[in-house]
Amino acid sequence: MKARSKRLILVGTGVVLFGAAVALVLSAFQQNLVFFHTPTEVVEGKAPLGKTFRIGGMVEEGSIRRDADGITVRFAITDTAKVIPVSYQGSLPDLFKEGKGAVVQGSLGPDGLFRASEVLAKHDENYMPPEAAHAVAEAHKAAATLKQ
Amino acid sequence: MKAKFLVPLALFLVLVGFLAFGLRLDPREVPSPLIDKPAPAFSLARLDDNSQRFGLEEMRGQVWLLNVWASWCVACRQEHPVLVDLARRQVVPVVGLNYKEVRGDGAIDARRLAPEQELAMAVERARGWLSAHGDPYKLSVLDLDGRVGIDFGVYGVPETFLIDQRGSVRYKHIGPITPESLEKVLLPKIEELKRAG
Amino acid sequence: MIPELGHFALVLAFVIALVQAVVPLLGAHRNRLALMAVGRPAALGQFLFTGFSFACLTWAFVANDFSVEYVAMHSNTATPLIYRITAVWGSHEGSLLLWALTLSLWTVAVAVFSRNLPEAFVARVLGTLGWIAVGFLAFMLVTSNPFTRLIPGAAEGRDLNPLLQDPGMIIHPPLLYMGYVGFSVAFAFAIAALLTGRLDAAWARWSRPWTTAAWVFLTAGIALGSGWAYYELGWGGWWFWDPVENASFMPWLLGTALIHSLAVTEKRGAFRSWTVLLAIGAFSLSLLGTFLVRSGVLTSVHAFATDPRRGLFILAFLVAVIGVSLLLYAWRAPKLAGGGSFAFVSRDTALLGNNVLLSVVSASVLLGTLYPLFLDALGLGKLSVGPPYFEAVFVPLMTPVVVLMMFGPFLRWKGDELMPALRRVAPAFVASILIGLGIALAVGHVTWRTVLGLALAAWVVLASLQLLAARLKERAGASATSRLATIPAAWWGMWLAHLGVGVFIIGVTMVGSLENNLDVKMKEGERVEFSGYTLLFRGVRDAPGPNFAAARANLELFRGEVDLGTLQPEKRIYLAQQMPMTEAALDVGLFRDVYVSLGEQLEDGSWIVSLHYKPFISWIWAGCVLMALGGILAAADRRYRRLAERRLPAAAVQAA
Repeated sequence: MKARSKRLILVGTGVVLFGAAVALVLSAFQQNLVFFHTPTEVVEGKAPLGKTFRIGGMVEEGSIRRDADGITVRFAITDTAKVIPVSYQGSLPDLFKEGKGAVVQGSLGPDGLFRASEVLAKHDENYMPPEAAHAVAEAHKAAATLKQ
Repeated sequence: MKAKFLVPLALFLVLVGFLAFGLRLDPREVPSPLIDKPAPAFSLARLDDNSQRFGLEEMRGQVWLLNVWASWCVACRQEHPVLVDLARRQVVPVVGLNYKEVRGDGAIDARRLAPEQELAMAVERARGWLSAHGDPYKLSVLDLDGRVGIDFGVYGVPETFLIDQRGSVRYKHIGPITPESLEKVLLPKIEELKRAG
Repeated sequence: MIPELGHFALVLAFVIALVQAVVPLLGAHRNRLALMAVGRPAALGQFLFTGFSFACLTWAFVANDFSVEYVAMHSNTATPLIYRITAVWGSHEGSLLLWALTLSLWTVAVAVFSRNLPEAFVARVLGTLGWIAVGFLAFMLVTSNPFTRLIPGAAEGRDLNPLLQDPGMIIHPPLLYMGYVGFSVAFAFAIAALLTGRLDAAWARWSRPWTTAAWVFLTAGIALGSGWAYYELGWGGWWFWDPVENASFMPWLLGTALIHSLAVTEKRGAFRSWTVLLAIGAFSLSLLGTFLVRSGVLTSVHAFATDPRRGLFILAFLVAVIGVSLLLYAWRAPKLAGGGSFAFVSRDTALLGNNVLLSVVSASVLLGTLYPLFLDALGLGKLSVGPPYFEAVFVPLMTPVVVLMMFGPFLRWKGDELMPALRRVAPAFVASILIGLGIALAVGHVTWRTVLGLALAAWVVLASLQLLAARLKERAGASATSRLATIPAAWWGMWLAHLGVGVFIIGVTMVGSLENNLDVKMKEGERVEFSGYTLLFRGVRDAPGPNFAAARANLELFRGEVDLGTLQPEKRIYLAQQMPMTEAALDVGLFRDVYVSLGEQLEDGSWIVSLHYKPFISWIWAGCVLMALGGILAAADRRYRRLAERRLPAAAVQAA
């Protein structure tokens, strides 16, 4: 085989493979991105029904309840403006507490209940996960705009 | 220099651009929506005497700091000497907002406590902490359930709000105050407000 | 006093590093042997002072010196001694000191074991390493001094984060840093080669054992970290595609590509500029990982306390190191083109293909890790990229890598016939597909992932056996033992590491396909049936520890009538930080783990218990151990030692 045509094959194969890899990455992104919404956005209907997304905020005081089975937990996530009821099955993270920041991942049912498949609590005793902090900050911004 | 050998460098520079932007997203840089707005009104029990209440209006006409703290907050312990030093210099009155003294502590299940039990516990813990580490506050108030903290948009403890003569929030410091941030940011702002007022 | 000595030693180490960075490079440039000779003693001095500084910090922890802020923040009189020592690298400042110490250790190792390399080359390597040390020591002195005093001193410390109070934490960071930082040697060799303008087989041979050694440490470090996460985080996951895990995994991927590329450059003189780029890339990703962990740009379980000043410093350092080296690359690499030619069907092509694929995987992991940052920067919303993305990209891209990995060794260097080679491997290939299908059917879990994973694993094992058999047939007539003995250690290393990949795939596939999880509410005396096992809940007792209070459950595990012992998961509260922690209990087996963690107590006195059944999970780590062992064998091959024993002929040294 001549050097020229060999080079052509190599480059051609490379381009095809690279294209395939790019397509793969793009499609993986398309299907697997988890968007983040604040409780206010969810109430305003900006979050998709039935699709997986994340909500961040604080666990509302006095909202944690266990169902009779002991496994299902119900609580509410708030950004201090709006409140979203959440249900979750399984054990909660060690640092999950009322009045503290948390991020839940799952999907919103037509009944307005958010069914969480994953609950993330903050890792540090003093600061919130940035996503939760972001939600609270957004709610305050909105409240401040309304008052004007 | 062939162009294709510059590709890695170019890609890297684009990446650096994004990383530099990422640094700017630091949560401490988030401006408070309350800046230059009237501070939320409140009326809370005082730590030194629970029968008395304290509100914003008592500070009207003064430039002052509202410092959010709790005995369970470790970073507060770190910033505390700075506040004690500030108090000794008598530059500006500091009011302590004791935030969720009992409920904020992961170790205690506050649901099992009666309200008066919670109050007694909070008073004991907060006073004990101040007598151990020094009390830089003009006075402290107890925000047991964290409502006032929420009104102020407290993300975490400690935080400090600078409030002017008319009761507007002029600056918010997130995290512990360091001697450096005190000298370079807070004190100049305080001086400026005092002069303006 | 001792902390001040430690601080002072750190300053001295910085000054010496500066000397090491400037003088030998100047010497190499002007061709002055006296200046070049400064490199070795400077490397030693820098190591001694950094080591002394590290010892001072350790002493402060052992002696409970809470007048040092870092100690007060991360230790406590009740903390057990071993965790007071490991607390030295439990957070940002101390772990940087460990970084610097590791770097100086590698530098000294290079200084000592490079007696046979040309002086000018060694001078450039040590100079490059010196610059990296300058950056890190300056970073520490300017933004992250571990010896800062807390005045007045605290009466009691805050204790180490409970998550880190674990035997795994004792060696995970040092191993990981030995790996991360070890790539700095490959990087320094590459830079020295670019500066000299000589990128040849000799260069590749020098840097190979160093790169492989770093890769072994990184492999072990990542595996250990994953094991730690598995039993310490309390829900049985072993890999989370967390930004910080990715930060260590990306250099591993590029490092893997690098050790293979170096092999080709050494044997065939090919891929030179590509190999250099990989060496720069592997170390750059290590630095990038450091940036991501410490700047707070991305959020993660591991993220250290954030400080924008720190982030800015590392970013500037990143730009200086990577930017300059890529510029150097763009300037010098075009002159180094050429090298051994090879046909399309050859072992060279197989290796090149895998290197490209590994780089693409690495890039897509980088993309997934940084994508939330990109979107946030462009104002397109906040989102997170979770494990599904990484799995969707990783599996299809790694499948051809594994196939090629076992096919490559059947091909000859430079050029080979495709059809005979295909015919040689066809039986094993077909058999592995059948085995994959068969096992999937036998365990009753036929999904394309399970079949693919098992078939790939079978392919690795069968092809490995076939390779070994072929190798043994090469010297017909000799006795079996002498035939085994003549196979070089490097070949065994390759064989074992590749087999390790197969074992790893078995573990991942089986856990992914057959794991089972059940959360139940249990009262004292209750039983639960789970995945063929019976667990009897014997209640919860108080079990105070040195620095924590704990509730310890007793669960008896039965398989049929056989009592497999008692599992004792705990719920702990670490007193100093008032932080709750779940401590899981495991019944570890060769073919499965039974994993139990204790949830919270309910109002009626019963407890939530989380049960996990993890088939073949130990195989994941067994595979990593095999890979690391393979690396050790490869790095210990006799020809590198022979290389050290005899000086290279002058002609080889000057060739460029």
